[in-house]
Amino acid sequence: MSLPIKFRPILLIFIFIFGTVAIALTSGVLAYQASLIPGSRLINPDDLVKILRSPNSTKPLMIQVGSHVLYTQAHIPGSEYIGPASSESGLQLLRKRVEPLPRNKLIVIYCGCCPWSHCPNVKPADDALKTMGFTNVKVLYISNNFGADWVEKGFPVAKGD
Amino acid sequence: MTRHLAVFPGTRGKGIAGQSQAPDFSLPDLTGQKLDLSSYRGKVVLLDFWATWCDRCRDEIPHFVELQNKYGGQGLQIIGVSMDDGPEPVLEFYQRFKMNYPVVMGNAKTGELYGGVLGLPIAFLIGRDGRISAKHIGATDISVFEKEIKNVL
Repeated sequence: MSLPIKFRPILLIFIFIFGTVAIALTSGVLAYQASLIPGSRLINPDDLVKILRSPNSTKPLMIQVGSHVLYTQAHIPGSEYIGPASSESGLQLLRKRVEPLPRNKLIVIYCGCCPWSHCPNVKPADDALKTMGFTNVKVLYISNNFGADWVEKGFPVAKGD
Repeated sequence: MTRHLAVFPGTRGKGIAGQSQAPDFSLPDLTGQKLDLSSYRGKVVLLDFWATWCDRCRDEIPHFVELQNKYGGQGLQIIGVSMDDGPEPVLEFYQRFKMNYPVVMGNAKTGELYGGVLGLPIAFLIGRDGRISAKHIGATDISVFEKEIKNVL
């Protein structure tokens, strides 16, 4: 049974709209997946600690892109709080903070709110910095959460704002 | 789904040793009214630290609504502690998901009282005597919660 010709444009429009929505939804989900960040852009906690403890190494700008309540409880000393990069307001603050910096500045972003593949914040932050042209960005690979993978390992911690 | 079930696994902070008393708190709910944990003494309390931007937290919410419906009459009270930066997204989420239990806005002090809430979600099951009987780090299957709740109701 074939569709009458007069209904075919309607069917095509329906297919187009459905396909567009499906792609948009899929892209939205994927955009949050930290596991899509290439390994070359990651840094492990051990390696970051070595850099922080080395008197001769250039210190990175470290930015926490997660929740303020989590940051206040514990964060990497010297790191700055920006806000959840899963929100547009958080991304705007991030862009504003790094805008004046040279594009080869070493920047480390981290969150640790959730297990790595479920973190909604680091991938949008990394994408934003990449889009701005930053060439020396590292994302701190936190496997489970900041408590288990940083604090409980005895790495340096600061509290408060 | 990866599950991280832990009952007092190397918990840190004061007052979170095995079978310890749940630290009291007084926090604003989504309408700004103070909620005191101590006012729920005599009930079984499931305390859920969560955030709207945490997908694994969000996944648990419909199950908590179901548990509250099922066991509320027997003395279960679920309390959500949001670790969002502000109440606006929480209120929107609360209405959209038809949450049927109180949600308060958490802070760093409360997190530290509970041994450090440095990853979400984290849930504590508190018995009628106010003692913590279980702690779950990460998303946990509803059947696990239900079994534990039935044990202490």
